Amino acid sequence: MATREAIAPPRLEWRVARVVDVRDETRRARTLVLEVPQWRGHQAGQHVDVRLVAEDGYQAQRSYSIASAPENPMVELTIERIDDAEVSPYLCDVLRPGDGLEVRGPIGGYFVWSTNLSGAVLLVAGGSGIVPLMSMLRHRAAAKADQRARTPVRLLYSARTIDDVIYRNEFAELGHDPDVRVGLTITRNPPSDWIGYRRRIDRAMLEEFAWPASDAAVAFVCGPTPLVESVASLLVDLGYDASAVRTERFGPTGS
Amino acid sequence: MQAEEMRLDGNSAGGALRELFARDVTAARTTCRECGATAPIAGLLLYGGTMGLVLRCSRCEAAVIRLVRTPRALHLDASGLSFMTIEV
Repeated sequence: MATREAIAPPRLEWRVARVVDVRDETRRARTLVLEVPQWRGHQAGQHVDVRLVAEDGYQAQRSYSIASAPENPMVELTIERIDDAEVSPYLCDVLRPGDGLEVRGPIGGYFVWSTNLSGAVLLVAGGSGIVPLMSMLRHRAAAKADQRARTPVRLLYSARTIDDVIYRNEFAELGHDPDVRVGLTITRNPPSDWIGYRRRIDRAMLEEFAWPASDAAVAFVCGPTPLVESVASLLVDLGYDASAVRTERFGPTGS
Repeated sequence: MQAEEMRLDGNSAGGALRELFARDVTAARTTCRECGATAPIAGLLLYGGTMGLVLRCSRCEAAVIRLVRTPRALHLDASGLSFMTIEV
């Protein structure tokens, strides 16, 4: 299932994107809506590199997953603010509409998905690991009904607190699709009336929520390294083909 | 170590590797010379930042690929890699 590139893609160039909007998602996560010159579109799951250059020439560079669907001409990045870090506080607190931001992309050919791939899909996220999976869900939501019916999806999302759940309102809408099932687990102080899961993702949760191995689902797992490694190995234990479990590990996030 | 400098994985090295390779290689299969483990580039553990990066085997932690950027050159050390397959 390698990425289909009929010809070698063009050179990856740094371009100055323009921030057209910013949107707070949670207390700690903000979406930047970017207009990128000569953007040729992306695949759901891909990311961009972002580069900041200080006046003295010092550079800092990070990768951020694209949250928007390929169908969206704007490139949306949802950034989680990491206190005391170099890059994310600038992106979350300082950047304003009208500002420029150096980006290059789209990047990635492994952690990508398209509605052209028929079959069940399992998405598992921890913290801001939801971002590339949201691009996949939005891509699927933009597809024709028959393509959606051929790609039933289950999303299991682990967040630290209920207030850390990114895109919470959008999940309710997605849940109207009978072929989408969303499961949330809150690992710290869930509200007393919380009806979702209340613990870290474990084997029993996956046995209950994930597609059984016999459905031959493809799985995308994104989040903090310990969560990703634990979930990936549990899925293989449960019978998933290792090559059907695609992983992307993040640095620190809330899960 | 700053929080943001915690390790990531080879997915995040895709941009830097595109400076060397004509196509995306994050899905390329690698074999670790040290322990023989096979993994996509995306499954290797990434250490480093703007100046250079190291991709380590997730099983034995040996350095599989090192890439360093200097003002005039890119330096690739792939001595930890016994094999790489890129589907075309």
